[in-house]
Amino acid sequence: MQEDLIPLLAEGLGETLYMVVLSTLVSLFLGLPLGVALVVSAPGHILDSPRLHRVLGAVVNVFRSIPTIILIVLMLPLARFLVGTSLGATAAVVPLSIGAAPFLARIIESALKEVDRGKVEAALSMGATPWQIIGRVLIPEAMAPLVLGVTLAIITITSFTATAGAIGAGGLGSLAVRYGYLRYRDDVMFATVAILIVMVQGIQWSGNAIARRINVNRQKL
Amino acid sequence: MISIVNLNKSYATPSGTLAALRDINLTVNKGDIYGIIGFSGAGKSTLVRCLNRLEEPDSGSVFIEDREITRLSTKELRQARKKIGMIFQQFNLFDAKTVFKNVAFPLEVAGYPKERIRQRVLEILELVELSDKAESYPAQLSGGQKQRVGIARALANEPDVLLSDEATSSLDPKTTYAILDLLRDINRKLNLSIILITHEMDVVRHICNSVAVLENGRIIESGSVQSVFENPSQETTRLFTRGMGDGPFVERLARVAAPDNIPGLAALQNLAVSA
Repeated sequence: MQEDLIPLLAEGLGETLYMVVLSTLVSLFLGLPLGVALVVSAPGHILDSPRLHRVLGAVVNVFRSIPTIILIVLMLPLARFLVGTSLGATAAVVPLSIGAAPFLARIIESALKEVDRGKVEAALSMGATPWQIIGRVLIPEAMAPLVLGVTLAIITITSFTATAGAIGAGGLGSLAVRYGYLRYRDDVMFATVAILIVMVQGIQWSGNAIARRINVNRQKL
Repeated sequence: MISIVNLNKSYATPSGTLAALRDINLTVNKGDIYGIIGFSGAGKSTLVRCLNRLEEPDSGSVFIEDREITRLSTKELRQARKKIGMIFQQFNLFDAKTVFKNVAFPLEVAGYPKERIRQRVLEILELVELSDKAESYPAQLSGGQKQRVGIARALANEPDVLLSDEATSSLDPKTTYAILDLLRDINRKLNLSIILITHEMDVVRHICNSVAVLENGRIIESGSVQSVFENPSQETTRLFTRGMGDGPFVERLARVAAPDNIPGLAALQNLAVSA
């Protein structure tokens, strides 16, 4: 084990965390409204708008079909435009969030669809506006599945960052490729994988704990 | 006072157009407890849901306290709905909110200040006798308690009318009567009109003063409960009123009908036996 290992890992972990946190926030910012729109524009739902529903669905499907690495390459010009460069962790956030947002939208759509239609009808019967229904009924009622869904998205984004690392974004994935693979440094390879495993375990465990906490107070005594 | 004039509603189904409501004409006086009874598929739920436009009628008008509900814009409809309470067979409570927050919801939606909301919620919870459950969650309540919360929530905004869509159909008999007694109590105290959808004649007999019998989307008989019971003019009505006695609905029905004049009765009986 060489002495540059710890500093390398620290830097890599820092970059990975930076990419994951920022990408999650941006993809939530894009994906949450998209997911909500997918649900409420469905036929028979509060904003019943079949054409919008179809268009949104198609857009999401197109982005979901593009393999991550190709999406990253396609988004490089956009990254250059927004961030000033196509290299590095910040630039990587652009394709990562655009890739993760449709995925997150589908997860959010799925969680919100689980909310019993009867509750939405009850809210409608009380004269609630669509915004009130979305913010005070749909989302709170779906909070546990939403938390688990976001947890899943964060973990997926983490694996996306490793792919981004392969093309110069930095982070643990980049370390694994540049040192572990190209320079045959087994110690780096092993360490980066170990850290990623611990990180993913931690995220999943936290997500589960939060979801459990949400439900525990409301259960039958 | 509620009037329904020439109401029609059909649904498009894969096997053709289904006429759920045909030329419905009905008047409910202020303070009435009006029952609408019929077999499954008769159109009862559709009718009550047209009253607050959870279903949009194809033609006809609904008037509630001189407001033509069927002509209101989306925004006006939202306002009007605040004065129309509704309770459901599956309760439809918000599981993420406490009893207090459930009852407070319509008041928050209407934009009342916090202190006013607090007062009103506590007042209403006392009316339905659930003051001690204010901080409980719906999952921690029994069916009867849940429906009380539903009633409290529906009454929070002081509506002119309460719509009950088979609200006791998933409760056991004892709880059903307790809820009906509560509704009758509220009707007397607040002079609140109640429109009650049910498939159980005992429910109608217990608290309604007027009743309409719905079959295949049409009102085949209506009037005061007393007159309809004493002199049912239609066969379907007679099925509901005559010689039914006690016991599960299916058994009572079987005593007055034969499998060939009630489609599905044989299947129902098999279900009841194996349940």
